[in-house]
Amino acid sequence: MDAGSKLNSYRTGPDERGRFGIFGGRFVAETLMPLILDLEKAYDAAKEDPAFHAELQHMNTHYAGRPSPLYFAERLTEHFGGAKIYLKREELNHTGSHKINNCLGQIQLARRMGKTRIIAETGAGQHGVASATVAARYGLPCVVYMGATDVERQKPNVFRMKLLGAEVVPVTSGSGTLKDAMNEALRDWVTNVDDTYYLIGTVAGPHPYPAMVRDFQSVIGTEAKVQMQEMEGRLPDTLVACIGGGSNAMGLFHPFLDDESVEVIGVEAGGHGIETGQHSASILGGSPGVLHGNRTNLLQDADGQILEGHSISAGLDYPGIGPEHSWLADIGRVKYVAATDKEALEAFQLLSKIEGIIPALEPCHALAHVAKIAPTMSKDQIILVCLSGRGDKDVFSVAEHLGVTL
Amino acid sequence: MSTRLDKRFAKLKAEGRSAFVTFITACDPDFDGSFEVLKGLPAAGADVIELGMPFTDPMADGPAIQASSQRALKAGATMHKTLELVTRFRKDDHDTPIVLMGYYNPIYHMGVDKFLAAAKGAGVDGLIVVDLPPEEDDELCEPAMKAGLNFIRLATPTTDDRRLPAVLANTSGFVYYVSINGITGSASPQARDVAAAVARIKRHTSLPVAVGFGIRTPEQAAAIARAADGAVVGSAIVDAIAQELDSAGKLKSTGAAKVLALVSDLARGVHNARATAAE
Repeated sequence: MDAGSKLNSYRTGPDERGRFGIFGGRFVAETLMPLILDLEKAYDAAKEDPAFHAELQHMNTHYAGRPSPLYFAERLTEHFGGAKIYLKREELNHTGSHKINNCLGQIQLARRMGKTRIIAETGAGQHGVASATVAARYGLPCVVYMGATDVERQKPNVFRMKLLGAEVVPVTSGSGTLKDAMNEALRDWVTNVDDTYYLIGTVAGPHPYPAMVRDFQSVIGTEAKVQMQEMEGRLPDTLVACIGGGSNAMGLFHPFLDDESVEVIGVEAGGHGIETGQHSASILGGSPGVLHGNRTNLLQDADGQILEGHSISAGLDYPGIGPEHSWLADIGRVKYVAATDKEALEAFQLLSKIEGIIPALEPCHALAHVAKIAPTMSKDQIILVCLSGRGDKDVFSVAEHLGVTL
Repeated sequence: MSTRLDKRFAKLKAEGRSAFVTFITACDPDFDGSFEVLKGLPAAGADVIELGMPFTDPMADGPAIQASSQRALKAGATMHKTLELVTRFRKDDHDTPIVLMGYYNPIYHMGVDKFLAAAKGAGVDGLIVVDLPPEEDDELCEPAMKAGLNFIRLATPTTDDRRLPAVLANTSGFVYYVSINGITGSASPQARDVAAAVARIKRHTSLPVAVGFGIRTPEQAAAIARAADGAVVGSAIVDAIAQELDSAGKLKSTGAAKVLALVSDLARGVHNARATAAE
């Protein structure tokens, strides 16, 4: 497929090999191959089963608190003086982020498959907390792999996971961050093939994970579309979401991909600036490669060795990105930009003061881009932003960045 | 086409012996240190050499081989240097097969065609790429076969009889049976389970079957060698290298000799296995 060529639909992927264009696939060790084939079969069957959807819907409503509100950020809109800004309030979900959407879906699948043990990787701890939460709810033991560096800088979330009954394993191999946590989770899975379900937290990993996690997260965009119709009677002009692995963004974007009038923007973590090399922007500052089961854009050196990402936000600090994003970038349907640490920190303070919402540092990257485009747009235009998580977990590190001792 | 691997396994079969397959990581602890060990492996009894291509994210490997990859990368390992080790080795050794083992990304990043030409030119005989299952054969396996390199596939306890034919279809040189569900250097397999697994694989292929993961001692190696056409030892050798480093991270002056002494012990285990069994 040529870049820029027009498709009838942008929503039909992946193909039977789990590919989105050249991206995606199933690059795993043979030991895991039969497991991901089983998972694919189980997921395909679940998708066709009304009981699966009914249970998920029930839990989304009564346990996670969905639908999450769509909120017109009036004062933020006035502040920028341009387009109307709407926030999809995923931070109001149970556990404080969009991560619960995926975890509730996958835990149903794990139970259908008769798995009795849950493992997960986590960076900032949001997915770890969501995994530990659903495991607690269904009475399954849960082991969360977390880079030792992240364990140190995200202590409140580590304690939360422990309260929820999960075992948190600090990963010291490699550089002790999210990618190493994912390596270690894969090592656990390869060792405990019979009883263990690997609950991947983002739209990455081998097929069918990227498509499956996208499907569970698409509730964000599906709801937002209906809510926007109710509130404004039309589609938004622009969607903006932050991207680490890219699950909240894919969840918001996917239901809108075939609405050609809607401009779609993913915001990567620019760290200290793309030009400095200190960032986590896999599309803007990376190149295609193969890691963690899929081909996608990666931060890597001239010899194909994976580089460490950098971001003020531990949740975006991953050297890869979901393969569907790499494809959407390639064909030009989604535009990818970056916001720096500094810009995200400014957005963090602005939203707190002006709307009374303390956002997580991750969606502050999306808000930082809104700050750039909203003033250039007319007042009858609409921007829809995914506010993917709340900022409680970040107050300590933000204080530190602002030079405040708590 | 008969490759070095085919010839080596045929010769061992004629002699009624199992192959001793050794693994070390290229450039561990650095280029010179690893060359010193590499060039001594055949004399110490290695029949086939697996040379690890260092990677930052070795997902199927345990702590020993992870650490070896990190030592190598810290010492400036690159794909170019890995292939340079093979080129140098081939100056004096024309018969011992060398199989490069590792992960796909460094190969993909270099470019498959460029990599295959360089590997073939250096004297590489085969490839084991952990994260390329048969579902991805068009990526590297098929081009490698066309380039005249063996592509050695891993079969595992989770590879059931339905899946085995697909796994074996494009395998050549030998089949590497991963004896446990897990990572390298972890739990040790039961010889009885291994014998049953090897018999199962042999119902589907006439290729030699080598067995690895979790073999650490000459006794374990001997037990595996009685059940299979080859026994692979990696983590134990790599651990020995780690034990022989000085404070600067270089191999001590007697380091290579000590590592090779361990290799000799393991080799005796493998080579005498069937003789012992016949007693």
